[in-house]
Amino acid sequence: MDVFSATAQWLADPMHWQSANGIPARLFEHVALSAVSLILSGCVAMPLGLWIGHTGRFSWLVVSSANAWRALPSFALIGLLVPFTTVIDPNLGFTLYPTLIAMIVLAGPPVLVNAYQGVAGVDRDLVEAARAMGMRERQVLLGLEIPIALPVLATGVRSAAVQVIATATLGATFGFGGLGRFIVLGDANQDNGELFGGVVLVAALALLTQALFTLLERRLVSPGLATHTAG
Amino acid sequence: MNGEPLVRWDWLFAHLGPIADRVVQHLYLAAIAVGIGFAISFALAALSIRRRRLFPLISILATGVYAIPSFALFAALVAVTGLSVLTAEIPLVLYTLVLFVPNIVAGFDAVPGDVLEAADGLGYTAGERWWRVELPLAVPLVVAGLRLATVSTIGLVTVSAILGNSLGGLGYYILDGYHRHFTTEILVGGLLSIGLAALADLGCVLLQRLLTPWAAARVAVR
Repeated sequence: MDVFSATAQWLADPMHWQSANGIPARLFEHVALSAVSLILSGCVAMPLGLWIGHTGRFSWLVVSSANAWRALPSFALIGLLVPFTTVIDPNLGFTLYPTLIAMIVLAGPPVLVNAYQGVAGVDRDLVEAARAMGMRERQVLLGLEIPIALPVLATGVRSAAVQVIATATLGATFGFGGLGRFIVLGDANQDNGELFGGVVLVAALALLTQALFTLLERRLVSPGLATHTAG
Repeated sequence: MNGEPLVRWDWLFAHLGPIADRVVQHLYLAAIAVGIGFAISFALAALSIRRRRLFPLISILATGVYAIPSFALFAALVAVTGLSVLTAEIPLVLYTLVLFVPNIVAGFDAVPGDVLEAADGLGYTAGERWWRVELPLAVPLVVAGLRLATVSTIGLVTVSAILGNSLGGLGYYILDGYHRHFTTEILVGGLLSIGLAALADLGCVLLQRLLTPWAAARVAVR
């Protein structure tokens, strides 16, 4: 049987959709882990990036984290966390924590860098004008800089989300479930249907995430800015 | 794990030979990927500089490739090309393209138009102009792409360990250490692979100094 029909057959098998370790359960694990790490990471990286962009202080931190991000070896990072997380909890430290912590680290830099660039890139004349009109620093940030920077901020969140969804697949090698589990099992059992089924599901999820966040970005742009750029 | 010391130095010293072999394999896998990736990228970049309409298409393809998890790509290829160096190299090369092509194109785009006109005015042929003016001026951004591609490839080689014990370079130790609950092995694989990436990064910086001595001279004069 060729790879395509084996994959289609595996994906169409109702058993793989109903069993306790089936596709919906693995999909949920995958999305839940990604969402939790993105939110936790964003709660730190977003305010930090906005503050650095607004004040201009510590901008070297942003530059170095942008460089480190591209070079971040996820596989080595997850592995290196294992000896430390198992000390905290022998069970979850061996299955969940290494992947979770690595994904939190991975999601931070794109959010941080874009929050910084978005705010720092706001026309300085506008900021000066806002201050001259008597706006407080907080008002300048919330009422002017963030609305203008919103598309850039959203792009950062999107690239973090796509990267985390794609990389969380690695967690299956380190005891975490998620959609990568099908790839690991398919590889181990030499079951091409399951292996490629997993590959298709992971790639589809990554592309879907990208599409959803792109849609969200469009809706986030302030109408005033949208007509301004169009005109 | 298991109340053992963090690092079992006796194991480490007993395995220096195999560890060195893995380092060599790691560098070998990464070097092939970066070399082939660079050659293909240069051709793609040259093509998209000539024909501008191709560039968005190449960019979209490149972004699409990057969204596919390396893990999935490695595993999928085993079913096609079996357990061979080729299976490890195809994804590694593909990922380098994503980092190389935009940087090479940006490097040549950054050459100022009046410099090109001056070169033409001095009577350079197209080939001479490319070799003696455009290429040297594009070097900083090309090397920036080389740094990214080299460092990320050295990180990605570890993932190829999932293909089997015969591949993966230092990633083998990360995976084997995890399966055997053996911290020393994980640390050896993880820290050495990060160390290699750092050394390669340093090497790229030195390469840039060598290729563009005028940049250093300018700093020295100031």
